[in-house]
Amino acid sequence: MNNISALYPEVFLSLGIMSVLMIGVFIKNSYNLVNKLCLSILFITIAIIFNSLDNSEKVFLGSFSKDKFSDFIKILILVSSIFVLSTTQNFINNIKISKFEYPILILLSILGMFFMVSANDLILFYLGLELQSLALYILASINRSDLRSTESGIKYFVLSALSSGLLLYGCSLLYGFTGSTNYEIIQTQLSDNNIGALFATVFIIVGLAFKVSAVPFHMWTPDVYEGSPTSVTNFFAVVPKIAGIAVIIRFMDVPFKMILSEWQLIVIFLSIASMILGAVAAIGQTNIKRLLAYSSIGHIGYILAGISTGEINGYSSSIIYLTIYVIMNLGAFSCLYFMRVNSSYTETIDDLSGLSRNNPFLAFAFLIIFFSLAGIPPLGGFFAKFYVFIAVIESELYFLAIVGLITTVISAFYYLKIIKLIYFDDNKREFDQVKDLNSSTVMIISCIFLATLFLYPSIFNNIIISIFNI
Amino acid sequence: MMNFPILSLIIFLPLLGSFFVFFSRSKNDIGAIYISILTTFVNLLLCIFLWWSFENNFQGFQFVEEKNWISGYIKFKLGIDGISILFIVLTALIAPICVISCINSVKVRLKEFLIAILVLETFMIGVFCSLDLVIFYLFFEAGLIPMFLIIGIWGGPRRVYSAYKFFLFTLLGSVLMLVAIISIYTLTGTTDLLQIYEIKIPKEYQNILWLAFFSSFAVKMPMWPVHTWLPDAHVEAPTAGSVILAAILLKMAGYGFLRFSVGMFPFGSEFFTPLVYSLSVIAIIYTSLVALMQNDMKKLIAYSSVAHMGYVTLGIFTFTKQGIEGSMFQMISHGIISAALFLCVGVLYDRMHSREIKSYGGVVNYLPKFSLIFIIFTLASLGLPGTSGFIGEFLVLVGAFTKNYLVALLATIGVVLGAAYMLWLAKKVIFGQITNDKVKKLSDVNKSELVLLSILAIITITLGFYPNLILDTVDISVNNLIYNYENEIAQKISNLE
Repeated sequence: MNNISALYPEVFLSLGIMSVLMIGVFIKNSYNLVNKLCLSILFITIAIIFNSLDNSEKVFLGSFSKDKFSDFIKILILVSSIFVLSTTQNFINNIKISKFEYPILILLSILGMFFMVSANDLILFYLGLELQSLALYILASINRSDLRSTESGIKYFVLSALSSGLLLYGCSLLYGFTGSTNYEIIQTQLSDNNIGALFATVFIIVGLAFKVSAVPFHMWTPDVYEGSPTSVTNFFAVVPKIAGIAVIIRFMDVPFKMILSEWQLIVIFLSIASMILGAVAAIGQTNIKRLLAYSSIGHIGYILAGISTGEINGYSSSIIYLTIYVIMNLGAFSCLYFMRVNSSYTETIDDLSGLSRNNPFLAFAFLIIFFSLAGIPPLGGFFAKFYVFIAVIESELYFLAIVGLITTVISAFYYLKIIKLIYFDDNKREFDQVKDLNSSTVMIISCIFLATLFLYPSIFNNIIISIFNI
Repeated sequence: MMNFPILSLIIFLPLLGSFFVFFSRSKNDIGAIYISILTTFVNLLLCIFLWWSFENNFQGFQFVEEKNWISGYIKFKLGIDGISILFIVLTALIAPICVISCINSVKVRLKEFLIAILVLETFMIGVFCSLDLVIFYLFFEAGLIPMFLIIGIWGGPRRVYSAYKFFLFTLLGSVLMLVAIISIYTLTGTTDLLQIYEIKIPKEYQNILWLAFFSSFAVKMPMWPVHTWLPDAHVEAPTAGSVILAAILLKMAGYGFLRFSVGMFPFGSEFFTPLVYSLSVIAIIYTSLVALMQNDMKKLIAYSSVAHMGYVTLGIFTFTKQGIEGSMFQMISHGIISAALFLCVGVLYDRMHSREIKSYGGVVNYLPKFSLIFIIFTLASLGLPGTSGFIGEFLVLVGAFTKNYLVALLATIGVVLGAAYMLWLAKKVIFGQITNDKVKKLSDVNKSELVLLSILAIITITLGFYPNLILDTVDISVNNLIYNYENEIAQKISNLE
């Protein structure tokens, strides 16, 4: 008998989405109301997940797996979405795209991600992925009067559809060569001799690499980050990355577990390419959102480095990195909401120059977050890298470790450029005094976390190691 | 032994002070100044108390503190021995001097400057206290952030270039050290320094790990040919920044060589001794020659620092008692002398806004007190007997002569060259004809400057006449270091036979 209770979070979330959609349709100018309702739905969903934290079971013929890993990832997704939704409210009202669909679409994509991370079956996984992606296409182009936003939506749609196609092709090949869509059965059927299935592996890895924007499948990232409204970019930079990485880890840990030697080189290549491109291409950027796009490509490279070890230690180091990455990016984006000149938002890096003179607190937040992104101790970003490199060196992938550390130095260059503008240069344009309680709260939480992580750096370790003892 | 965590207190007191400075609100930053002076001064007293209660005859580490840090497998472990205690006292001594000296010379954003200095003090003392490789790396790297800001915000015209160069050079050196630290962790299962000394790193890995640590320390030291960031950083940094850079940041590398390279990798150290000798000799002779050609006072002193650090590396890698104790002495004495010389240049710069040697001359006619102090430090820097500079160089050369005549001979040439450029500097700046009318309007050192410089002068001369003050403290630790090193090497030779 199937135990529906494993699906309570998803069920509640979908019912919630539909009822809020109704409210949105029938009440005019309901963005602020819908946003608050959506936030409360997310809070309740977290409570539901916490309520059944210790159970792990597989339901619906083993196609849906509720375990500690998926619970952790879902909580991470929900918490970061709460931060995103609450920080973006002010921004959306200010640039007048206050459509009630916006929070609902975000919730829909979260629902898709829930199925992605819990899927134990290729079909369920693909359906979840498509639900998530469809919501994201619309989100990218939500500012329809803006040419850049629509362009980024189309660009994202076309490229993403292509990658979904590759992914689906890979899934069907996998089914053809192993005779099942269930992850565990695939695991037993896959071996180094099953050449057809290995082809399928490559297609699936390519499709997943596209979703997390690993090089060479990153082309869409800078354009979509730049074109979409900052609120959407904020979401893109954080939440789909969590789901994507979680899915990659689950694929590598369950269906592809026995063919480590086959996919390891591919992931190492993706990792090295992402780290190098993320470091080098960001140097010349003048738009801060593009810069953050390249920076996130680089960070994905480090996360993939942890995954490429193919061991539990490596996976957990990647999840630790992911968690710290999420906190850093939430902080970085909440800083962007304060970049207002003459009541319009600016994205040009040069406008930051001399910020420390008239807004020392914001400047200090930039200082902590960007040094942390660069991975300079004693800030949080260093520990993220530290754990990944421990895992990488334990697996004796010395080359990967050295490339990773050298790209750290290169990428320090462009993070320093921002610090230089803020602290060393003279003031050019003065920012408006923005009063935004939500964004400043997130900013302060993020900074305090990053600055004090060194007191107790293993805060996540025990939880994250325990989620892999499935 | 006391159970009170005095090392943690000494490390984190300045950080605490920086919080108070951050939240202090008063006119002209008076409150911030008082808080910083108070914090650094209390810390100095604590450090002197620490030195006083330090047992010179105790084998091993004292005041050891241990706390669980990363899930139990990496510990937050602190402790000091005869080598580190001196650096801690030096740091605590230099910090209040920097704070007092910057009150007059830093005109903009004084509060932030004080915060940076206090935070930097925390990191620097942390480096010398840590007995765990990861903690050491953490403090070692963290110092980059405040120093980057000090050079970049309060520096001279080319400050951005210098700050970048400083940051990226040191970061590149250090990341390789991080790889090495993690490799050591995977090899031995611990990053606790004392346990690593016990376990001993397998011989076949020692050379490569030694190189990785060397890449970091060589940049920080700085050794030829990666010394180029130092003159830039010194020239552009504000006075207090140069003082900290010369007096303490450079010493971290020397300390690192003693504690980590020699301590953990005896075979690696032995294998690469010729490399260190050649780089040291090149540093001593080449940078002395370069120093002779400088027009900028700060640059000249910066190159002299590189040369002096050449003696330090040379002394360490003689693996003799004289050599290593000489290096220790040289580091402490250079810390005091170069700090004082940069302060002297700062005194002149505050009045004339020029560091060009050409724009001075005949200063002695108008600034007699200043000139006396400047001459004392110039002579100390060139190693006049009776000053601390002599003892260090002398011991290093004695140690070098027992190992390698040629190297010692070449290093001795450096002493002559050192005398040449320092005397040349003194002649051009202090004596000679007055070519610039502005010199006539200069005022002599004020009270606070006089007090600071006199304290440093007294220390220099005291150490020159009573070197045992330092040598007694380091004696046991250095003996231990050499004993362990020779033991290892002897075992290797007996194995070969």
